[in-house]
Amino acid sequence: MKDFIIPTDDRDLGTPARDGAPVTLSIDGVEVTVPGGTSVMRAAALAGLTIPKLCATDNVEAFGSCRLCVVEIEGRRGTPASCTTPVAPGMVVQTQNDKLRKLRRGVMELYISDHPLDCLTCSANGDCELQDMAGAVGLRDVRYSTGANHYSAAGNGMLTPRDARATRTAPAGDLGNPNYIPKDESNPYFTYDPAKCIVCSRCVRACEEVQGTFALTIEGRGFDSRVSFGAKTDDALASDCVSCGACVQACPTATLQEKSVVELGTPTRSVITTCAYCGVGCSFKAELNGDQLVRMVPWKHGKANRGHSCVKGRFAYGYASHKDRILNPMIRDSIDQPWREVSWDEALGFAASRMRGLQEKYGRKSIGVITSSRCTNEETYLVQKLARAVFGNNNTDTCARVCHSPTGYGLGQTFGTSAGTQDFDSVEQSDVIMVIGANPHAGHPVFASRMKKRLRAGAKLIVIDPRRTETVEGPHYRAAHHLPLRPGTNVAVVTAMAHVIVTEGLMNESFIRERCDWDEFQHYAEFVGQPKNSPEATEMLTGVPAADLRAAARLYATGGNGAIYYGLGVTEHSQGSTTVMGIANLAMLTGNIGRQGVGVNPLRGQNNVQGACDMGSFPHELPGYRHVKGAEVRAVFESLWGVELDPEPGLRIPNMLDAAVSGNFKGLYCQGEDILQSDPDTKHVAAGLAAMECVIVHDLFLNETANYAHVFLPGSTFLEKDGTFTNAERRINRVRRVMAPRNGYEDWEITQLLARAMGANWGYTHPAQIMDEIAATTPSFAGVDYAMLEEKGSVQWPCNEKSPEGTPLMHVDGFVRGKGRFIVTEYVATDERSGPRYPLLLTTGRILSQYNVGAQTRRTANVVWHDQDVLEVHPHDAEQRGINEGDWVKLASRSGETTLRATITDKVSPGVVYTTFHHPTTQANVITTDFSDWATNCPEYKVTAVQVSPSNGPSEWQEDYAAQAALARRILPAAE
Amino acid sequence: MPQLLAEPTEAQIRDVIAPLQGLEGPLLPMLHALQEHWGYVPQAAAPVICAALNISRAEFHGVVSFYHDFREAPAGRHVLKICRAEACQAMGGTELAGVALDRLGVDWHGTTANGAVTVEPVYCLGLCACAPAAMIDGRVVGRLDAEGMTKLCAEAGA
Repeated sequence: MKDFIIPTDDRDLGTPARDGAPVTLSIDGVEVTVPGGTSVMRAAALAGLTIPKLCATDNVEAFGSCRLCVVEIEGRRGTPASCTTPVAPGMVVQTQNDKLRKLRRGVMELYISDHPLDCLTCSANGDCELQDMAGAVGLRDVRYSTGANHYSAAGNGMLTPRDARATRTAPAGDLGNPNYIPKDESNPYFTYDPAKCIVCSRCVRACEEVQGTFALTIEGRGFDSRVSFGAKTDDALASDCVSCGACVQACPTATLQEKSVVELGTPTRSVITTCAYCGVGCSFKAELNGDQLVRMVPWKHGKANRGHSCVKGRFAYGYASHKDRILNPMIRDSIDQPWREVSWDEALGFAASRMRGLQEKYGRKSIGVITSSRCTNEETYLVQKLARAVFGNNNTDTCARVCHSPTGYGLGQTFGTSAGTQDFDSVEQSDVIMVIGANPHAGHPVFASRMKKRLRAGAKLIVIDPRRTETVEGPHYRAAHHLPLRPGTNVAVVTAMAHVIVTEGLMNESFIRERCDWDEFQHYAEFVGQPKNSPEATEMLTGVPAADLRAAARLYATGGNGAIYYGLGVTEHSQGSTTVMGIANLAMLTGNIGRQGVGVNPLRGQNNVQGACDMGSFPHELPGYRHVKGAEVRAVFESLWGVELDPEPGLRIPNMLDAAVSGNFKGLYCQGEDILQSDPDTKHVAAGLAAMECVIVHDLFLNETANYAHVFLPGSTFLEKDGTFTNAERRINRVRRVMAPRNGYEDWEITQLLARAMGANWGYTHPAQIMDEIAATTPSFAGVDYAMLEEKGSVQWPCNEKSPEGTPLMHVDGFVRGKGRFIVTEYVATDERSGPRYPLLLTTGRILSQYNVGAQTRRTANVVWHDQDVLEVHPHDAEQRGINEGDWVKLASRSGETTLRATITDKVSPGVVYTTFHHPTTQANVITTDFSDWATNCPEYKVTAVQVSPSNGPSEWQEDYAAQAALARRILPAAE
Repeated sequence: MPQLLAEPTEAQIRDVIAPLQGLEGPLLPMLHALQEHWGYVPQAAAPVICAALNISRAEFHGVVSFYHDFREAPAGRHVLKICRAEACQAMGGTELAGVALDRLGVDWHGTTANGAVTVEPVYCLGLCACAPAAMIDGRVVGRLDAEGMTKLCAEAGA
């Protein structure tokens, strides 16, 4: 097995790909055939001929400003720029001759006349396109050495002492170079040095075309033009910049440079791997010196991200080497004791004997596991195998319980598979994009950028969200309809949309007749057609104006390719599963399933939450979503594992905690998840954990759950292991070991050691073997193995005999379950209601720079953007309560109370408040209640009745918790 | 002539730009309208226009800073533009400009202390045949010499 691969063709081809009919032309005597519309520059690059260039790069459109890429074309006048000249049949192009060389040298000379020549000490040395091009055009002399320029070592108007031309000294009384602009180091991850800028506009165009933020511009004109972040008074941090790094990647010089490169030097080797943050699953090139990670660069051949990234994936990897990271196993007899660092053998022996002891004392089913959506497929598979094969029960659950379990159930019931129907490329062909209960701008930024690109090209957007999020409007896009519904009324809104489509006859009848069960449809149509489901009738309930809702429904039904993307705002409700079914109904009604540009797509929260579900993490399902009660499915695993499997589903996370409180559940192995902070009703979670006798936490940090743990097994980061992640588009991406695990073992090895300590005879030596076992037992993975992933880069399941190349689009010719099933979606109001004591509704969400419980991102410089959770309050509600911007407020529900700072904004509607849950000091989940989805127990995070009142400091609970956490985190100094 | 007023309010700005919203490429007409109305492009206009046109503040800044004629602050009562292009330079434009700046006691883009004159460089008034040339409040003056320039400044009240 290869430890790492160097990408085969990572060259910059200059301009983006085109897909016209093939055109053949001759470049420097080489015949080349390329798709019509391709630029001469790209055609030359494809033929292996490099035309010098500075302002062109293949992830933004050609610009034609640097004039370095000029060529001569037979029969055409002058020297056109090859980047902006499309190929034509029979064209004869010359890229090198004396005339061109002279022109290029002249251009280069002018560039160099305003560029400090401190190359040897420059951070881009060896990785600078200006330097490369000076070489390529044969620049030997610069005639303009004394003209105006923009650089100066100390702003004093002299050439920098290191500059090759620094032959003269400043005259006495030199007042300095008025054109010099100091470096902007405000962003924590990169610097902007205007002195090195050649004003090629690549950064500006990357910000606009790739990221879609439009935070950069060229200010001024002529000699004065410089790149500017935001307006005149902004610096990089104060501007609209979201720190995605696309500009840094696009910059050909050291003008925009990663601070890590400034500090560590130019990387010398690279490994392709997959980001471990959200469910987009971006491919990255980890660039290193030895085992020192220098920077992460999105890999342009990555099929999920197409060369783009967000601030988390590109920059927020510092947690891997943070001082808080625990590298040695620790144990303690009870949670009031300090931790004791011990050897791996002792920790595993302690854990194994305790767990076995609990089973002897309290029964086989008294212990369980929680798998992690942050870990690899292989690791997750092993953890559930640990429960089923070694513990002998089905007590395995995963954090998908608290996020997308309703997706699994809802889409399984209606379509037959528990996953999104499209790949991310599909959005490029959508005409109407409906985003429900999701804020991709913050949660799935790379998908958001791809979506915004499509919106700028003319697609229409419908957003259903209680808040006016950044997804609703931004530079050059604006939702055609934003339906700001009252939290908890998703089903009513979705059903009302179906009402409009059915009663106005906008459905796609031929699709329904051909692909769905017609009788069920008629039953469903009769239900949604009832007057009680009309937008007018539900308006009072949902707060969505009927006319808007009707217009949105019409747009979705008749606007061309309609795609639905949804998030946790759909699932984390008492009727989460019903809403998912309602969404599936909408897609089936309008025939928006089974081709490019349409579909129903859950935006999965975590890098591998899709994979964790696929791998049989749920207590009732074996890998591949097959129920444990099926004897023939059990037989597959029983014969391979040599044990008998329990035919009864095990406990879900909330059941485990309930059982723990009542004394029947005693031991838990929790891998890579912080249930205390992430799960609802923190006090109940804490009580459950405190009641257990052996809690094994396997994590990078002493997280909040570890405060209640008896064994701590230090985990490895995604940089330190091999495996696979499965993203929201079912794409299985390889994760490659970039460096040795600092804790000593990859996570799958630790699970294996624990299993062996408990008597199992597992002997995997590489995750590839685990994947082989998954393929052998799970039909939808049957065709997957590591050799294939090396070759193809990634593959979308199902991948088996029927579709050996994987399946980018689901349900193309028919639904997986046969006929699409319409399910009646009756709206039932949640029991969580606002009333006199708790008159406001709290909804929760994420922010761009932080990730979930923040265990990782809080330990990076991302905290400059979000150092605490704040409560968004509408000005009306704030005024009634006497709350001002930045005030401490108490947020109370019937579950508990906490305090945090308030911010006043009309992004939320009156009666609704909003916060994030990234910081343990806030513990937003103290507030959330134990209500959950009727089908899957997914907690109702998105609706909690609360009251907000002015406060002057932390709540009693916060103080108690902080004290307890401080006690629980003590670590004894290692014995000498 | 525009007078020194309090910073315009959002509502006032909205009133000025509203009729232009429907134009194709409405940003420049809006900037012109603002400058026409207040004599400069008020800082407060940036968020209003960005919201109206759905553009970022960087884009707004890029456009405004590209055109030297858009002002960030009101000009003096008179605007004197002195040609700095090649033909005028050849005919002593640089010395002429020196006379004007000395006479006014300001640097380029400066406004005299009494608010009478703002002086600006301009690159070609199309009067090369009558170089060196200048323009005061839209009236072009050719074949200027030091005396003429001094007179122009005096007329403007500086």
